Amino acid sequence: MGLPLPSKVLEHILSFIDSNEDRNSVSLVCKSWFDTERRTRKRVFVGNCYSVSPVTVSRRFPKMRSLTLKGKPHFADYNLVPDGWGGYAWPWIEVLAKKNPLLEEIRLKRMVITDECLEMIAASFKEFKALVLVSCEGFTTDGIAAIAATCRNLEVLELRECIVEDLGGDWLSYFPESLTSLVSLDFSCLDSEVKLSDLERLVSRSPNLKSLKLNRAVTLEGLESLLRRAPQLTDLGTGSFSAEFEPEMFSKLSKAFAECKQLKSLSGLWDVIPEYLPALYSVCPGLTSLNLSYATVRMPDLVGILRRCWKLQKLWVMDLIEDKGLQTVAMRCKDLRELRVFPSEPDLDDVSVALTEEGLVTVSRSCRKLESILYFCVQFTNAALVTISRYRPNIKCFRLCVIEPFAPDHITREPLDEGFRAIVEGCKDLRRLSVSGLLTDKAFEYIGKHAKKVRMLSIAFAGDSDLMLHHLLSGCEGLKKLEIRDCPFGDSALLEHAAKLETMRSLWMSSCFVSFGACKVLSQKLPKLNVEVIDEMYPPESRPENSPVERIYIYRTLAGPRLDMPEFVWTIHKNPEVGVSNLAIK
Amino acid sequence: MSKAVAAEHDYIRLSEFPTMESTTLMSDKANINKNNEDGLNFKATELRLGLPGSDSPDRVVDTRFSTLKSSCPVSGAKRVFSDAINGSSKWVFSSTTTGDVGSGSGPVKDGKSTPFPKPAVPVSEKKSSATAPASKAQVVGWPPIRSFRKNTMATSQTHKQGGDCNNNNSETEEAKSGPEACLYVKVSMEGAPYLRKIDLKTYKSYVELSSALEKMFSCFTIGQFGSHGGYGRDGLNESRLTDLLRGSEYVVTYEDKDTDWMLVGDVPWEMFMGSCKRLRIMKSSEAIGLAPRVMEKCRSRN
Repeated sequence: MGLPLPSKVLEHILSFIDSNEDRNSVSLVCKSWFDTERRTRKRVFVGNCYSVSPVTVSRRFPKMRSLTLKGKPHFADYNLVPDGWGGYAWPWIEVLAKKNPLLEEIRLKRMVITDECLEMIAASFKEFKALVLVSCEGFTTDGIAAIAATCRNLEVLELRECIVEDLGGDWLSYFPESLTSLVSLDFSCLDSEVKLSDLERLVSRSPNLKSLKLNRAVTLEGLESLLRRAPQLTDLGTGSFSAEFEPEMFSKLSKAFAECKQLKSLSGLWDVIPEYLPALYSVCPGLTSLNLSYATVRMPDLVGILRRCWKLQKLWVMDLIEDKGLQTVAMRCKDLRELRVFPSEPDLDDVSVALTEEGLVTVSRSCRKLESILYFCVQFTNAALVTISRYRPNIKCFRLCVIEPFAPDHITREPLDEGFRAIVEGCKDLRRLSVSGLLTDKAFEYIGKHAKKVRMLSIAFAGDSDLMLHHLLSGCEGLKKLEIRDCPFGDSALLEHAAKLETMRSLWMSSCFVSFGACKVLSQKLPKLNVEVIDEMYPPESRPENSPVERIYIYRTLAGPRLDMPEFVWTIHKNPEVGVSNLAIK
Repeated sequence: MSKAVAAEHDYIRLSEFPTMESTTLMSDKANINKNNEDGLNFKATELRLGLPGSDSPDRVVDTRFSTLKSSCPVSGAKRVFSDAINGSSKWVFSSTTTGDVGSGSGPVKDGKSTPFPKPAVPVSEKKSSATAPASKAQVVGWPPIRSFRKNTMATSQTHKQGGDCNNNNSETEEAKSGPEACLYVKVSMEGAPYLRKIDLKTYKSYVELSSALEKMFSCFTIGQFGSHGGYGRDGLNESRLTDLLRGSEYVVTYEDKDTDWMLVGDVPWEMFMGSCKRLRIMKSSEAIGLAPRVMEKCRSRN
């Protein structure tokens, strides 16, 4: 048998293992490995903040330096989760402040964080280095000011698509003159203008600054001035890229960009005026990531940029790129890995947007490394889907949003069942799938059978009956997150396959026909899960058993029913006689 | 064509929802779709892509979802084979035809409307995009675009470069900061490392203001400037002022339009709101000097 591995040796070995998935496996080997692993884990990831209590996490990983938390379910992005549902950062920060004062990094996604919380972070973690808030809300620029003012070693401050109550641009001036450690600053989601001189000074005294993402209020002139001070940037988000065209400004801007020889990623570009685009030409050949999804530039103005970005790996763009623009991408961007095409708003009602399924087909055919797709389009065909799957069996993420619900194949009028069949059969490594268009239960039979590695599946306005859910829950071996809206299935499939839910992180259902009674039964069957009924129309006391509920959110948890539920959220009490208990606690 | 219609109907294949049919879902809480009584007449609340008043050709409806309207935000979904019958309708924001897009061989598209039942009060949209014009799709959360993106695009035409937001009457049209004019004033406190800003419009009296300030600065306050229960609406009298100054460690002062520093509470609330430019919480010892000036102003007003 041999002697057990000394823990010091094991610790050393483990220091080479970063992946949490691997570390989770390590901790299952035996008690001593569990113990050594937990004492050495530095980066902790919690995919659902309600799946485990902060105290448990804090206790298990005493050396934690970085915590990532996700709160609200994904469909909260599309306003399907009512305000006040939950996802509060406070309980976590409160515990960590006391027990893990050496924490350096906090990354939150879809959580509610208040100014008080931010102040507590600033005050409690002396070595605090990085704050990344993605799609968060609940705070004001005052909270940001507190972080800026107090965190002496701050390196990263990123606010990505947060809903911030913007009380003005003063927050920037709270960075002390002594702060020179900044590596990444992203305030692109804020509205107010910051003082350019403060920003210039901050940039000038931050030699390690690699990533800077400005907000829309920063002008072209401001941008030029900042670029001159930070030619070492690798990641730039411009402000508003628009002004009256002036040749002098243009040449200054071009020069400034030309100096940024390490620029790899470019974003922002709000309100961009085509005349200024050529100022970017010098950086295009070096770009691996380009986000034009806020740039209201139309064809053919986009071509100049696209054809120069031959190293591009990631492209986010609006449908204004049209099929033609995607042809250019197909020809030039041979290294493309990820493509996202978003729908544009109707600023220009008189011009139609010529983006069809052909655009995506063209890119799929030519870009061999393409593996991640998000595509909004008004129409699609089975043939296109089949072609895509044939050329790109390496696709890992396929999210198609045919904008009109129930839209069939626009040529054959058939449902898109066969198209998605080709996708799941052909793309064997598919991890994430979003379906749309007209789909019958058959489509889900195919998905259930073939999408073995799909971890996340999003469905809207699809299917005919309970069969659809039956197919999904009896197949899809790798399924971890399922989110469904507006589909016509009822209770039976859900109840029949309740055990499957224990193997998943979460299930979201809204506007389907699942009854309140079924939710109660589920909750009895699955004591390890929280079955949340989120319904603003009916308090449970007055709701008949067989009435459908608005939304259900079911997730695995070790922490039991949560204690911070608002009025419209109920977890069904285990004891059916007692009925539903509303456990909201202020 | 009718054959095509029949074939498409097969896909609907009404299945059994025994429990659903017997449900009575009417409730006085439901504030949508009073057409429930008619059952099938959705015309009045039809979701349209065209301008209000434009006609919608008759659509085939899938009645399966009709019993569930009142409890779902998007109350069920109607299967509409508009493509088969009337050409494809676009679910997007534009109300015009999109002939160029080449939507295939269908008959002429009017692209004007898709009868989607209007959702119930979109309670989940409290912080979502600015009010959409009538021609936009009104199903909650569809197409699935993040609010941030929606807001950004919605304001791309109306966007004003964020001006200097240090003035007190900053108005903003963006949903994020509230649709109505706000009255932001800076609040500073002696000894506190940073300023706060508050919207005076959210308070209706000195009492409310006082308790809000107390909460905001409680970590810094040693005294209890709020313990006097706020400031009388009827104005200040001498005895109260001296109580204030003697009893507490801090007082709240404000800079008014004439750039004078005054003690908060000496004028009626509305007048205060109109003239206050910013607030400062200072030590009572420093505020003593204000008292005579306050009294002077009061006298000159009377």
